[in-house]
Amino acid sequence: MKATVYVPRDSGALSLGAEAVATAVQAEARKRGQELQLIRNGSRGMYWLEPLLEVVTATGRVAYGPVSPSDVPGLFEAGFLQGASHPLHLGLTEAIPYFRKQERLASARVGVTDPTSLEDYCAYGGFRGLHNALSLSGEQIIQEVIESGLRGRGGAAFPTGIKWKTAFDTPSEQKYVVCNADEGDSGTFSDRMIMEGDPFILIEGMIIAGMAINATQGYIYLRSEYPHAFRVLNLAIEKAYEAGYLGKDVLGSTRTFHLEVRRGAGAYICGEETALLESLEGKRGMIRYRPPLPAVVGLFGKPTIINNVITLASVPIIFDKGAAFYKNYGVGRSRGTLPFQLAGNIKRGGLVEKAFGLTLRELLYDFGGGSFTGKPIRAVQIGGPLGAYLPESQFDVKLDYEALSGIQAMLGHGGVVAFDDTVDMAKMARFAMKFCAIESCGKCTPCRIGSTRGMEVIDKIIQNRNRNANLHLLRDLCDIMLNGSLCGLGGLIPNAVLSAMKHFPGDFGIRDVEKLSLA
Amino acid sequence: MSLRDNEDISSIVQALKHKPGALLPILHGVQEKLGYIPSEAVTIIANELNLTRAEVHGVVSFYHDFRSKPPGRHMVRICQAESCQAMGSVALTTFAKEHLGVDFHETTRDEAFSLEPVYCLGNCACSPAMMVDEEVYGRMTPQRFQKILLDVVGQRE
Repeated sequence: MKATVYVPRDSGALSLGAEAVATAVQAEARKRGQELQLIRNGSRGMYWLEPLLEVVTATGRVAYGPVSPSDVPGLFEAGFLQGASHPLHLGLTEAIPYFRKQERLASARVGVTDPTSLEDYCAYGGFRGLHNALSLSGEQIIQEVIESGLRGRGGAAFPTGIKWKTAFDTPSEQKYVVCNADEGDSGTFSDRMIMEGDPFILIEGMIIAGMAINATQGYIYLRSEYPHAFRVLNLAIEKAYEAGYLGKDVLGSTRTFHLEVRRGAGAYICGEETALLESLEGKRGMIRYRPPLPAVVGLFGKPTIINNVITLASVPIIFDKGAAFYKNYGVGRSRGTLPFQLAGNIKRGGLVEKAFGLTLRELLYDFGGGSFTGKPIRAVQIGGPLGAYLPESQFDVKLDYEALSGIQAMLGHGGVVAFDDTVDMAKMARFAMKFCAIESCGKCTPCRIGSTRGMEVIDKIIQNRNRNANLHLLRDLCDIMLNGSLCGLGGLIPNAVLSAMKHFPGDFGIRDVEKLSLA
Repeated sequence: MSLRDNEDISSIVQALKHKPGALLPILHGVQEKLGYIPSEAVTIIANELNLTRAEVHGVVSFYHDFRSKPPGRHMVRICQAESCQAMGSVALTTFAKEHLGVDFHETTRDEAFSLEPVYCLGNCACSPAMMVDEEVYGRMTPQRFQKILLDVVGQRE
C-alpha cells in the first residue's frame, strides 16, 4: 500500500536538518521497495519537535520527532508507516496538547497542507472568502472588515477597516495594496511561517483588499533574510496567475489584480511603513512625515493600503466565516486571534495562535514549559526590540493590546522572547541603543545621534563612572528620543531601556528608582 | 571588472528598468550575478535610470545587504538579535571570529568565508541561528559551527 509521509520544508525545520530527513526517508523507502508519497508541508510550529515527521493513518496523522536521518531506518523497522510505537512516537499530531489548545485561524493550514498546492488550499477551505467577497461592493467589504474588529497585526494595531476606508475615500485612478513582510523584530516568525507554509492565504487576502479599494496592483515587500519565503511566494503567485486568481480578469469578475514580490535589503527600518514605501520606490529607506497618511498619499504618491502579513491573512477568514465569527474571539477591543511566537530561552518554542486574553504566564509555562536552560525566567521582552522588558511580577498580564499598554508595554507583532536569570539587563539596554544606532535611517537627530550617545552613557553606568549623574542623563536622553523622533524606532526603543532600568535597577546599580521617575 | 561584467550589468538593467521603483531589483540582480556592486555598475545604473551617481551610491550604502567589494565564496551571517542572545549567540560569535580569524565585515585570508552580523533570521524558536549563503541553521553551538562550515566547503566547492 502506498504510504503518505509529511516532512516540513519550513526554513526553521530545515535549519534543524529536515532536508536530510526527507532524503533519508525516500532512500529507505526505495531500499525496502515501499511505495511512498512524500509531501513537503509547512511547520506545525512545534519547533522543539522539529524535524517533525508525520504519517497518514486511518485514525489521522501520527507524528514522530525530533527525527534525525539516523533514526529513519529504525522508524521503518518499527512500522511507523502504520503509526506504530517508537521512542520518537508522539501520537496524533493534533492531539499534542501544545497544538490542541490553540485556536488556529490565520495559521489553520500551516503545517497541514502542501503550501504550493492550489488543490490542497482549496480542499481546506481556501478562496471561499474571495468567492464571497466577489459579490460585495467595496463599501460592503470594508464594512465587514470594520465589523470584524480586525486591527493591524504588524505592531501598531490600527483598525484595518478604517485604514481601508481612508484609501477608499481618496479618489485616484491608481491605488496600491502593499503587504509589509519585513518581519524584522527579534522573536517573530509568524509571517515567515504563513508565507512558507500557506502562501495562498496571503494572496487571497491581498486580492480582497484590492477589490475593497479598487487597487489593481499589489506588492509584497519581503525581507531579504527570508529566501525560502521568496521562492514559495513566487511559486504560489505563478500558480494563482495560471488559475485565474490573479491577472486581468480575476475569476471572470472583470477586476484586475497584479501581484509582485519585492525584496528588501537588510534594513530594519523598512518595516516602518513610510520607509518601506520609499524603499519600494527605489530609494533609501528614510521615513516620511505623516500626515499625509499612506492611505492618502502612499506608494508613488497614490492611495495605498499597507498591512502586515498576518492582518491580510486574517481577511479571508472574515469573508469565509463572517465578521461575527472572527469578532467572537478575543477580549475588549482586541478581537480575533494572534499567532504568538515563543522564542529565546524557552523549552518549547514555536507558534501559538490563540485568542487575545491569555496571560503571559500561561504562554510561558503552559505552552513554553519554562526556560530552555531550566533556570528561572527572569525577563521577557514582548514586541521585538522596541518592546518593554517585563519582570516575573508582571507575568500575569493578559496578552491584549490594552492590558499591555496599561503597563507601558506593547504587544507589537506578538513575539515573546524569554531570558533566564543569567541575563544582564544593563547589557540588554545597551544592545537596544546599539541596535537603534545601526538601524536608524538618520532622519531624526535624537534617534541617529542619541542612540550612539545612549550606548556610551550606558557603558559609563556599567563601569560605575559618575553613575548617578549618568543615570539621570540616560533618563533625559530617553525622554528626548521618545518625544523627538518621527517613527517608532527612535520613539519606542527607549521603552526597552527604561523598562530594563525600572524593573531591574540592580543591574544598573540604581539605588533609588523613585528619584529617576521611571514610573 | 571585465568587459563581460559590463555586459552583464547592462542586460540586468535593461531587463528591469521598466519596473516602477526598479533600483532595488536591479541592485539585487547585479549583486546576485557579480557578488557585489562595483563602482562601474553605479555609473551604468545611474545613466540608465536617469539618476545621479550620488543617488545610486546613496541607496547602495544605505542597505546592509549591498556590498561595494567582492565577498568571500560563502557568506556566514550570525544572528545578533535578542532571542539569539538569550541562547548564547554572544559566545558563539566570539568563537566564530576566533575560528575564522576575522571580525565582522571581513573575509578570511583564503577568501572562503565572509562574516557578517544579521538582526533576526526568523528562526527564533531555534536560537541561536545563523545563515550560510541561503541556508538557515538553528540551535547553533561552536561544534556545530565548525561542522557546518566544513560541510559547506566539502559540498559546495
